[in-house]
Amino acid sequence: MIRYFLNIVFMLAFALSGVQFAQADDDAFGQLVEQLGGSNLRNKVQVIEQIAALEDERALPVLEALMNNALYQRKSDNQFVFAADEDKQLRLTSVVSGEDLGLASSRDVRKVITNNSLRSQTRTLVAVTRLHSKKNEVKLAAVSELLKSPDASFLAPLDAAIAEEKNPSVLKALQVARGAILLGNESEVERLKAVKAMDGYNSKQVLTLLQAQLDVESSELVRKEINDVLGGLKRAETGYKFVEDLFFGLSLGSVLLLAAVGLAITFGVMGVINMAHGEMIMLGAYTTYVVQLLMPNHIEASLIVAVPAAFLVAGLMGVIIERGVIRFLYGRPLETLLATFGISLILQQLVRSVFSPLNRSVITPQWMSGSWEINGFLSLTYNRMYIVLFALAVLFGLMLLLKKSYFGLQMRAVTQNRAMASSMGIRTGWVDAMTFGLGSGIAGIAGVALSQLTNVGPNLGQSYIIDSFMVVVFGGVGNLWGTFVAAMGLGVANKFIEPLSGAVLAKILILVFIIMFIQRRPRGLFALKGRFVEG
Amino acid sequence: MPANSRLAWLLNDVAGKRLLAVVLAITVLVPILNLAVPADSFFHVPTYWVSLLGKYLCFALLALAVDLIWGYCGILSLGHGAFFALGGYAMGMYLMRQIGDRGVYGNPLLPDFMVFLNWQELPWYWYGFDNFAFAMLMVLLVPGILAFVFGWLTFRSRVTGVYLSIITQAMTYALMLAFFQNDMGFGGNNGLTDFKDILGFNLHADNTKVALYVLSGVALMIGYLLCRFVVSSKLGRVLVSIRDAESRTRFVGYRVEHYKLFVFVLSAMLAGVAGALYVPQVGIINPGEFSPINSIEIIIWVAVGGRGLLYGAVIGAILVNYGKTYFTGAFPEVWLFMLGGLFVVSTLFLPQGVVGVVQQWKQKRAERKAFKQVTPSASPQAKPDSSTAAVETAS
Amino acid sequence: MNVRTKHIPQHMLYVNGVTVSFDGFKALNNLSFVVAPGELRAIIGPNGAGKTTMMDVITGKVKPNQGDVFFRDTIDLTQHDEADIANLGIGRKFQKPTVIESLSIFENLELALVGNRGVFKSLFHTLSATQLARINEIIALVGLSERRNELAGALSHGQKQWLEIGMLLIQDPDLLLVDEPAAGMTDHETAMTAKLLREIAGERSVVVVEHDMEFIKALDCPVTVLHEGRVLAEGTLDQVQNNEQVIEVYLGR
Repeated sequence: MIRYFLNIVFMLAFALSGVQFAQADDDAFGQLVEQLGGSNLRNKVQVIEQIAALEDERALPVLEALMNNALYQRKSDNQFVFAADEDKQLRLTSVVSGEDLGLASSRDVRKVITNNSLRSQTRTLVAVTRLHSKKNEVKLAAVSELLKSPDASFLAPLDAAIAEEKNPSVLKALQVARGAILLGNESEVERLKAVKAMDGYNSKQVLTLLQAQLDVESSELVRKEINDVLGGLKRAETGYKFVEDLFFGLSLGSVLLLAAVGLAITFGVMGVINMAHGEMIMLGAYTTYVVQLLMPNHIEASLIVAVPAAFLVAGLMGVIIERGVIRFLYGRPLETLLATFGISLILQQLVRSVFSPLNRSVITPQWMSGSWEINGFLSLTYNRMYIVLFALAVLFGLMLLLKKSYFGLQMRAVTQNRAMASSMGIRTGWVDAMTFGLGSGIAGIAGVALSQLTNVGPNLGQSYIIDSFMVVVFGGVGNLWGTFVAAMGLGVANKFIEPLSGAVLAKILILVFIIMFIQRRPRGLFALKGRFVEG
Repeated sequence: MPANSRLAWLLNDVAGKRLLAVVLAITVLVPILNLAVPADSFFHVPTYWVSLLGKYLCFALLALAVDLIWGYCGILSLGHGAFFALGGYAMGMYLMRQIGDRGVYGNPLLPDFMVFLNWQELPWYWYGFDNFAFAMLMVLLVPGILAFVFGWLTFRSRVTGVYLSIITQAMTYALMLAFFQNDMGFGGNNGLTDFKDILGFNLHADNTKVALYVLSGVALMIGYLLCRFVVSSKLGRVLVSIRDAESRTRFVGYRVEHYKLFVFVLSAMLAGVAGALYVPQVGIINPGEFSPINSIEIIIWVAVGGRGLLYGAVIGAILVNYGKTYFTGAFPEVWLFMLGGLFVVSTLFLPQGVVGVVQQWKQKRAERKAFKQVTPSASPQAKPDSSTAAVETAS
Repeated sequence: MNVRTKHIPQHMLYVNGVTVSFDGFKALNNLSFVVAPGELRAIIGPNGAGKTTMMDVITGKVKPNQGDVFFRDTIDLTQHDEADIANLGIGRKFQKPTVIESLSIFENLELALVGNRGVFKSLFHTLSATQLARINEIIALVGLSERRNELAGALSHGQKQWLEIGMLLIQDPDLLLVDEPAAGMTDHETAMTAKLLREIAGERSVVVVEHDMEFIKALDCPVTVLHEGRVLAEGTLDQVQNNEQVIEVYLGR
């Protein structure tokens, strides 16, 4: 313990003079890193302390790599490198210059030797270095580390950091970390202060720490305080859990909406039962896969290219299906159902023959991965956020198209009174084909979004077809708002039933609910009423 | 006009009599050719073929059930695979209980999969299935009651047409998800299998297989006669009128939902019997039988054969399944293309199925032969556009 | 012909203050009228006047939001469904002729023949000699004797109308609701139909909805004019035709 403390004092002293040191010799970092080689572990302890004291931006990555036992030397020139896995090889990056050194085999590099004690000292140094970082995220990450294993040795650097911290939210976090350390203090007053400092800090780690302290706490006063703070945190946790579930439900609903909105056009507006709708989604997903194959160096942009491409591929397929089969079956919905089911089998087998029956992997671009950490209890993943936004954009775009464009006008004219529209010079056949193409194209777009969430395989579409029909029928046929409400409602309901009953049972319950619902109100939530509806 | 005799419904059904004769012939001949003819003879029918044919006969009975409600009452049920599977599960449960302590774990009471899942006692719904008579009753009752409850809710609310099709499909899908669950107590993914014997007869013995085959043939014949009796009665004509003009039928004073319910339940029970005969012949029942594609495949058997005729369904089921056996063996890649194509072709070009094509061809030939004579060959079902009339649109 | 022994009611049909609205649109607006036993009544009105909705209410297809509909004084029709109402003795002919196209003419009439409508009764149903005679009688009445075994789908539009009237008659109803029976008929057929309906009335009450003024004239009966879901005028055809309001509604203002 004393040794730790001395180290830190030493390091702090060093830190004060570090600025000049770095200026005096530009390559001090490089020289120090060179000394990390070899097997003299005692020497390395001093070296890392000096590196930490440099206030060089390059210091933290080196220490982190060392901490994770992932610092290497290239055998050919003994240069120190970071290595990242890539295609079963290692991509090397120079530690000192940050230069990309290309791919190498694992035999070309040698790991820098460490041991447990060196690594644990490195961990301390990393935490302290982070606390002094200029970036708020790094400081918060350091606090999160500290909360995992609060140790008295961090008290001094924490105090130093608290003293100079200006940002209130970071200050709060630092104080929570300080509290976490003092929770084990002998003084009742200190413990009380520690608990108070933690009040209102939304973090699962704080929750665990306080829970653990409650089991060993002897003072009645502190116990009461802990209970108060815990109560508040748990309420916050429940609240945020609700928000998270709601978001999850909405994102699930958005997936349903994307899958169903195309069907709302073909089934809802045209009255065509397209059992191959799921396969249009599948085609969209495979289009994404092909687009990524075609532009392997621009994965980030691939989705943006894939959206119009999928729309075209699925839409074209839709037009072919409409002109080739469905137009001969208007007014015979049950036959349409059977014929389009046949088409769905053909498309599935086609994809199986062309791409193999195995699932294909679609890459998620950088900008879609990761999550938005709002606080310790709530984080929203980016891909789901984008899907919600995307689904809404598709829905409103479609509404705009139907309500405002000339094509939308023609489409509504044809569906309401075919003979009249035809006599006014609208090419009804063309409108039918385009409408069906539009519905199918939107299904294709849904496929692009789904490729980011699920496996892309020949059966992708099948799992969505029944859900999509349920959404459209539940919402009321021919009503896009109904489809929207139904999709979101079912998504959220599914998410909230799930913890009570398990995922599969939740799905079954929802299905049973919809079956019962349709039996009570065969025309859906937002059905039009009147004598013209049934005609 | 049919003679007003008690058996007119049977005597006037020329095509049906021919079909019954053929089914009777293969029901009698195949066992003889299998059991009495030496194995090296050209005429010998291998046991493998007996089971395969038995399977086809079960499918034919299932197709009959579907034709009864689709062809005559216009209800396109995408849930008959489920009734078939439920009948199969009821039989499977009996067969599981017959295994007794001969299972891998040797538990006299619990089937292997329950022991594997660490279950301590038999779930209540497995009680009674060790009794053959009880199990057979369940073969009828389980699909029948499900059809009754589902139909009662649906028909009363006047859910018709594609809406009905879609919710029957959702029902099947929900059942499939449920049966895949291990804690449902029906063996989860793997279903029920490893059967040993039925009523004390070894299921793997040739004699038992032949007996099951004969039973399937007999069941098909009885099923056909039953369906023919129903559709030839006044009830059958009410069904047709429901199919063609549901509102009209109501305003004439028929309680449409009762008629639909009757025929839906009857059809579900027939499907259950088909499932119960199918399971011991193939030796397994699993949740895959509930998958929506199975239900929709049955529809295509009927469509290919020619709907609204009863014998068309039998012919279609056997034709398509023979095709499936042949192509999945010879060109597995091609089969789904063919099946998919069959859906499209039969709806676009064969509204009356192969039977309709044959009838048309016969009619043309007859017209050419008997130039002066006018042959009144038009039977109610042979009407060219009755297929479109099956879709209830008037309201 | 009416074998049922019932007392003769004061009103065959009593409609009072019936309102039906679809999403705010009032298809029927406080509609009231009565039909006496044996009366023949014509109902006319421009498109959207509520004629079909009125029939829907009487036959149980649409439930009114407000108002009473009584049959034979005591039977509250709003409490019954279509099949019930048909069996109580109200027959309806649709605007578009709906016969069962894939059954023969004979079978169509057999289906409509008064009798038990239960599922199991129809499963084991056989025709008695008197029933057969009754069917033959009606077939002759509607002039389709020679085509009795042909499919109803093969009939012409006018013949389908007649078959449907035959189906109505064979149900032996006390009240017939007939929606545009003369549509698609030749002049001769129209005259025949008017004669037939006049003959039927007397034994039964008949309500005819029609557009064809010649046909109404041939019916020679009281006329009720509907407009915007309520009764605009009642009287003989001449009275109605000279009514200021009726002229205004029909000719526009």
